[in-house]
Formats: sequence, C-alpha cells, structure tokens
Amino acid sequence: MNTYARLLLRLQPNGRQLIQQQQQTLPTVVSTIRKASSGGTLEYDSPKAYKLHMLEQGPSTHVSCNREEGLDFYKKMQVVRRMEASANNMYKSKLIRGFCHLYSGQEAVCVGMKAAMDKNDSLITAYRAHGWTYMMGVPVTGVLAELTGRKTGCAEGRGGSMHMYAPNFYGGNGIVGAQVPLGAGVAFAHKYRGESNVCIALYGDGAANQGQVFEAFNMAKLWSLPCIFVCENNGYGMGTSTQRASANPNFYTRCEYIPGIWVDGMDVLAVREATRFARDWCTSGKGPMIMEMATYRYFGHSMSDPGTSYRTREEIQDVRKSRDPITSFREKVVQANLATEEEFKNIDNEVKKIIEDAENHAQNDPELHVDELYSHVYSNPPPGFKIRGCDNFTYKDINK
Amino acid sequence: MKSVKDLVKAHGSIILLRRSLSLTPRALAEKTITIREAITQAMDEEITRDDRVFLMGEEVAQYDGAYKMSKGLWKKHGDKRIVDTPITEMGFAGIATGAAMAGLRPICEFMTFNFSMQAIDHVINSAAKTYYMSSGKVKVPIVFRGPNGAAAGVAAQHSQDYSTWYSQCPGLKVIAPYSAEDCRGLLKAAVRDDDPVVFLENELIYGQQFPISDEALSADFVLPIGKGKIEREGKHVTLASYSIGIKICLEAAKELEQNGIDCEVINLRTLRPLDEDIIKTSVKKTHHLVTVEFGWPQCSIGAEIIARICESDAFDYLDAPPIRVTGADVPLAYAKTLEQNSMPQVPNVLKSVKKVLNK
Repeated sequence: MNTYARLLLRLQPNGRQLIQQQQQTLPTVVSTIRKASSGGTLEYDSPKAYKLHMLEQGPSTHVSCNREEGLDFYKKMQVVRRMEASANNMYKSKLIRGFCHLYSGQEAVCVGMKAAMDKNDSLITAYRAHGWTYMMGVPVTGVLAELTGRKTGCAEGRGGSMHMYAPNFYGGNGIVGAQVPLGAGVAFAHKYRGESNVCIALYGDGAANQGQVFEAFNMAKLWSLPCIFVCENNGYGMGTSTQRASANPNFYTRCEYIPGIWVDGMDVLAVREATRFARDWCTSGKGPMIMEMATYRYFGHSMSDPGTSYRTREEIQDVRKSRDPITSFREKVVQANLATEEEFKNIDNEVKKIIEDAENHAQNDPELHVDELYSHVYSNPPPGFKIRGCDNFTYKDINK
Repeated sequence: MKSVKDLVKAHGSIILLRRSLSLTPRALAEKTITIREAITQAMDEEITRDDRVFLMGEEVAQYDGAYKMSKGLWKKHGDKRIVDTPITEMGFAGIATGAAMAGLRPICEFMTFNFSMQAIDHVINSAAKTYYMSSGKVKVPIVFRGPNGAAAGVAAQHSQDYSTWYSQCPGLKVIAPYSAEDCRGLLKAAVRDDDPVVFLENELIYGQQFPISDEALSADFVLPIGKGKIEREGKHVTLASYSIGIKICLEAAKELEQNGIDCEVINLRTLRPLDEDIIKTSVKKTHHLVTVEFGWPQCSIGAEIIARICESDAFDYLDAPPIRVTGADVPLAYAKTLEQNSMPQVPNVLKSVKKVLNK
C-alpha cells in the first residue's frame, strides 16, 4: 500500500471522498506534458477535468497556454496567495478587525475564470472576495489598505473585507446567497441593454442551499439571462461539510432545467477552458449556465476559525502537497520547458515586492477623517440635509 | 367661508355646482384624478421618458396590476419594460436591485408591503447600504413601491404598516404620499432620484378623487423629496400626519372648526428624510401638537416626531405635552367592528386635540 493510499484511509469519510473526487485528474496529466514540450506551449489532455449535466458536449479537455500566459497566470495566482498570507499576518497582529475570509488554495478559480472573461463582463461574489477584487482590477494596495481600514483602501475603509468594489465588480457581499439574485439582476441589465456580456455570480457550497439561489435560477432560465452561476465548492460551508449540509452535494446538477459543468478548480487551464465554454453558451442566447468549481481552502472559514475542528491537518497537508494550484501549474510549465525555475524565482521576488509595498501603505496610510463618517449616505442628498451624530448636539450639514 | 372646492368635494351635487357657477366659473374647469390614475400616469411618463426605467413585479403586466396600478402599461410598453415575475419576492427584489447597481432604473412593485418582508434583506442590505459601503462607487437608483398598511378585512398578515421599519434605515428615502398630486410629483421624483426609495401607498384611498392642477399634470412635475406640505392652515393645534392619516385629520379639523378650534394639518409627504422644520415652525405658532398615523404606537413616526420636538427649541413653545394617535397595539383582527376599532378614527383625533387644548 503506498503512502497515498494510507493517507486516504486515515482521513475522515468526507475528506476521503473529497480528495478522491479531486484526485482523478492527476495521473493522466503528467505523462502527456513531456511529449508536447515543443513549440513554446504547454498543452495536455485532462479527460477528467469536467463532468456534465444536461449537456451533450462540454469544454475541450485538451488545454493549452503559451509562455506569456503561463507566466502571467502563475504571477497572478502567486499575488493572490501572498496577498492572503499578508492579510493573515496582519489580522494576527490586530491590524485587521472583524471578519476576514481568505481565498488561499482557490487561486486557480479567479485567475482561470478572469482569463476567459471579456473586459466588459460583470462579476459578483460573496465575502471570500479578496482574490476576486484583485483580479477585477483593484491593486493589492487597494485590497490590503481596505482591510486595515485606511483611506487608500478601495472603499476608503468604509467597506472592509466583505465590501470591496470596482468597475463591473459588484463586491464583496456579506449576506450569504444575496449576491446570486443580484448577479442575475446585473445579467438582466446586460440583456436589457443588448450587450453581449455575461454576469458571473459566485457562491459557495454553503450558500448553494439558499432559497433565493433557486429563485434566481428560475427567473434566469425563464428570461434567458446571460448569467453564469458558479459554485466555488471548497468542501465546507463554515464548519459543515457538503455531506452534512446538502442532500445533493453535486452542485452542478442542482437545477433540473439549467445545464451544469463540474470543473477541476485546481487546474487553472481547465477553469479557463470551461469558462470560455460557459461564456459562449450564455452569450449565444441559450440562457444561464451553472458551474461547480471543485476547489479547496487552506485556511479556516475565517480568521476566527482554525479550520481543524471539522477536518484533519492531514487532509489540508495532502491537498497542499498533491493538488496545490500554483505549484502544480509551475511544475507543468517547467516540464514543458516553457520557463525555468530561475524565472519563477524572479517572479516570486517581484510578487514579494508588490506585497511589501502594499503592506507599507496598509500599515501606514491614514484612516478617513472622522467627519467623513457622515459622507456617502445618499448620492443625492436634499438641500439642507443634515445627519445626526450620537447625541442631540452633533449634527453634520451635508452640502451637495 | 368655505371654499367652493370643499363644497364640491364634500357634496358633489349638481345643485351646488349650479350655485357655484355664478360665483367662480373656474371651479367647473378643475380636474380631479384618483390616486390610482396619478400613479399609473407617473409610471407611464417616467417609462416613456427614460429608457432605463422599467416596472417589475407580480401581475404588473398582463393582469394590469393586482390593484390595477399599471393598467394599460404593458399594452403600451411591452414585455421588456413591464415585467411579470414569479411569486418570489426575495429573488425578484434581488434581481431588480442588481439591475439598479448595473445602471438601470427599476420600479420594483411589492403586491403589498407585507410581502416585502420576504425581500427586506435586499431593500436594506443590498439597496440602502451599498452606496455608503462602496464609498460612493455603486449607486442603487431603485424604487420599491406598493400598498402599505391596512386594507379592509384582510386580517393581520396582510395589514402591517412598514413606515417605521423602513424610515429607520439610513441610505433609504421613504415617501408616504397622501393626495394625487403628492403621488404624481413624488413618484416621478423617486424614479429620477439616484438613491433607493421606498414608496408607501395606501390601498384604501387608491380610488379617491383629488383635485389636480394643470401644473401637476405636466410631464416634468416633480415634488421635492424631504419636504412636507401644509394641507390646512390653522392656529390652535398642529396635527402632523401622513398618507391615509391626513384623511382623518382633515375630517377632524372640519368638525373641530365648528367648536372654534382651528387645526393646522401638516402632510409630511416624506418620512425619511423627515421635514422637521415644517413641524417646528407650526408648533411654534400653535403651541400644541398631536401626531396621527395608522401604524402601531411603539417606535412610531409620532414617537420620533415628539422626540425631535422635545430635543429642539420648539419644546419651549409647547403649552401642553404632545400626544399621539396611532393604530391599536394589536395584530389586526378580521371582524369588522374589531378592525375598525383597531385603527384610528376621527373621534380619536377629536379627543386628543381637546385633551391637549384642555377642553
């Protein structure tokens, strides 16, 4: 019995199933890379990268990227990973308060999907949003300084971890599931204006059971909204595994009238390919689609959760060793002779500098002046409008 | 002297019309419309004016609206602009809010505001707070409208008044119109406003006729949000009210006039932001205050008004403690007598006015 099999047996039932489910693609991949190493591309076949629901054909299982793309994807995933590590440290130093939900382990989803998006596509997600905020155009400083509540944060410190916004990016939403109908509404606006864009509405395995998600599915299908509903299934809704929360944990099949694709969310190229397929589907008037990204989070649900009371450390370590989206992609790129380890080390150093610079701002930039607490309540305050503070002697005149 | 307008409204008889002919020919030419017509027209005009405006809700299209508030609109504007939804408030309120975030200007109808409770997370957390949380990056120019408060004989679950719940929340604008002119001007202003607005109508007066000026019928007639109106000037006591409360205030004022008591009736029009100044100015003049509303007493709009008066220099002008007239502090019964006595009536206002005036 090899170490891997032994590991599997030691895991709790859910962990075992999760790892087995996600492990399926690995063996086939490695052997095909070495063959296709000429021509400056990384290409391979990933026959188990997708599972289909109500679809005759799915995304191409033959995936590829050129050197430039490969290095770009690596760098972006590494930025997200290091940015979240920085957030972890700053939270522990009490520079970040309240809630902080880290995306580490899920990087291939945000990087892979964004690579297939058009620049005018929209996106909305829940509270595990830092990676998405970065990918939707907010620099690392804008994210980290928002986490530490400074005025150089992307919402000037007003929103914090769960409420970051950018053009075409509607947050960052704190209420589980609320972002799904909102996302269908953004898709409604695209269709209303005759635009050939989609809205991607992300939610987790925990949120997948929310009633409003099904209400959104119904209307999206009825009205053929160009909405891609994406379940980022990281195996756990807070501390509750998918087996304990969902009678049907195959989230891509949860809607009997919307086609779905399960995707290996740890493979950035498979994610990109599947997103291209889904986007083509939605923009050709065929209505909505559901995707389930099988992924994993290394940290607990949030900073207040060590993440080990409902899963074993072995499970987490095992995913890091065998399924990490960044190291596994780097290995593939190196094996295909697209780039050297040296080049990757240089990228790592670049990323380190970006994060350090952002941390500097996050730790030293000032907060908004306290008078600003009264601003931006209305975009259109009536003349003579004043806002009351905490006592009868504190009123702020809001002049437009 | 009673104005001819009041005579015609009160009696509507042909004899009075003939008498008034010789006095003021203009009275005949005066138009009246119902609240229903006012709201339908306002929506029609705003949908015609701006491509981004659309109406979404249950039965708003092919049924012409559950209360016929969108009669004729679907035939005129079609499926794209008048959208029937399934019975899924949380879903469609979320969709409407998302569409507003993405730059459209939806009118989201709740068949009654009782059903808005299923969607209230979207009204408060998705709509009201987003402009602030995003530090001005994301606007939510949406109007949530529908009938609020009691109808007749629909019992407790279909009769709640949400004025205080929504007016508590910063980031929302909350409008509670009374007359047809209020409805026209304020609904148009609400649609044109970039902030989320909750527009609380009242089903019991949908069919009531109100006089309306030509100016108020013009396509660009808007009223300022956040400004009340003096419906009736007076000097002995201030009656501050809104929506259907104005009806019983005006009726009470008429009766009290015969006893030599002159009431000033203030129509708040907007609950948030509340027009404190109009109330304070009135209280400084009359020295007496009674607030009137149909909602429950605890944490009522009246409680808020009285707190603000007491916290301001207007307190020094009061000659008696201000008191409230509200709905009874019970869920609403079905049986007719019970229902009628659970909601404020003219005698409640008369009693309260006489009490503050020590009469």
